[in-house]
Amino acid sequence: MRIPCPTCGDRDRREFYYVGDAQIINRPSPEASEDIWNDYLHNRDNPAGVTKDLWYHENGCNSWLVVTRNTRTHEVQHAELVTKLKGDGS
Amino acid sequence: MRFSGLKILKEGLTGNKGWTNHWRDPEPKQEYDILIIGGGGHGLSTAYYLAKNHGLKNIAVLEKGYLGGGNVGRNTTIVRANYFLPGNSEFYSHSLKLWEGLEHDLNYNVMHSQRGLINLFHSDGQRDAFARRGNAMINQGDDAILLDTEGVRDLLPYLDFEQVRFPIYGGLYHPRGGSARHDAVAWGYARGADTRGVDLIQNCEVTGIDISQGRVTGVQTTRGQISAKKVGIVVAGRSGQVAAMAGMRLPIESHVLQAFVTEGLKPCIDHVISFGMGHFYISQSDKGGLVFGGDLDFYASYAQRGNLPMKEHVMEAGMTLMPMIGKARVLRSWGGIMDMTPDGSPIIDKTDVEGLYIDCGWCYGGFKAVPASGYCFAHLLATDKHHEFASGFRLDRFKTGYGLIDEEGTGSQHNLH
Repeated sequence: MRIPCPTCGDRDRREFYYVGDAQIINRPSPEASEDIWNDYLHNRDNPAGVTKDLWYHENGCNSWLVVTRNTRTHEVQHAELVTKLKGDGS
Repeated sequence: MRFSGLKILKEGLTGNKGWTNHWRDPEPKQEYDILIIGGGGHGLSTAYYLAKNHGLKNIAVLEKGYLGGGNVGRNTTIVRANYFLPGNSEFYSHSLKLWEGLEHDLNYNVMHSQRGLINLFHSDGQRDAFARRGNAMINQGDDAILLDTEGVRDLLPYLDFEQVRFPIYGGLYHPRGGSARHDAVAWGYARGADTRGVDLIQNCEVTGIDISQGRVTGVQTTRGQISAKKVGIVVAGRSGQVAAMAGMRLPIESHVLQAFVTEGLKPCIDHVISFGMGHFYISQSDKGGLVFGGDLDFYASYAQRGNLPMKEHVMEAGMTLMPMIGKARVLRSWGGIMDMTPDGSPIIDKTDVEGLYIDCGWCYGGFKAVPASGYCFAHLLATDKHHEFASGFRLDRFKTGYGLIDEEGTGSQHNLH
């Protein structure tokens, strides 16, 4: 499995650390309800098919990436820098 | 049909013409008291104990493929009760006791072999941790023996004891641990349930869960609508999809865990060996194949097959531990889909929908739990009360933070187990 890092190009999966569903980049506000925080921290759509998840290119450019991937086939479709998606680098 | 040595002798002498099907292939009825979604190990054992322990008759198991075609046939068949934390400890202890009586109970040879399990340790700190775990196991009423290097060498002389990175300091020996024939466990429970009147309905995929005014009323399937008073979801590996039919999101991420088997060899590995530092575990099947596995591939997957990096890692760990297996040729590898929960422990609970129950989240430890999971889930379905041995496996523990069962002590968070 190779991940097309926008900075480094196609790189082996072993260079990346997997975090989980990309929903993790959309952190609720500290004042949000218990249910919203529980949903954010624990509950997952966990799709069988196309999903977006968060990877860290730890043995490469150290970028955080949102990777579009198929969980049934392991096909990697697309990878995007989190900084680009979020705009503000946070 | 009852199995016995005499029966085998008789059939052998008369051309094996007297064997019959182990279960019926019934058409689904319009309505059942209890529907179990999922005809794997846990679903079948749930149905069996509903019929046996609670005397319920009008039960069906709905399976989208064939019985035992999922994770129960895709694991490394290890049976053990070496858990530490309250919540897990009494549950797996109960499960092991059920395993010990299972063949007589089911009149079915599940080839349960208590050949002993050895968890190796490689440092003073790990020795202390295993001593503590062993004491917890003994306190639970199970068995544990702390072995030093020489003790391990007596049992497993073929390990590489002097390896530079992980020299073997000893092991925690769990004599009652072992393995079983995974398919036979599913078949034995299926036959036992069928004999007690449970309808096992294969090629019947659930496509929807009917809910009316907060109460479950039945399911939609590829073989028509079926009404039910209660429905149990027991589909580890696909829990998220089935729960979504009832509008639920679960604290589960699905991951692939690979396993491997070599060509058949003469008997050489008499125990189950677990090498935690390499996340490698191995035993030898009765056919002679070395059955071994490693860690998760560590990305969400439903593919039932893994990638090469983890294969390489597992082979390296095996070679590090026991170089003697280096010439064995790997015949097959496969992957099972694990319901991974944030704390690494399962869920056996009611849901917010009345009459809808769920048994899921078995992470990579579901096989040994098959008897107790069915036993306790049947208790919950039949009585609406949590069984004392499974009372900790609550769905809401992640939300409240109360009663988390983090056996590995790594934190309750996805991707840490």
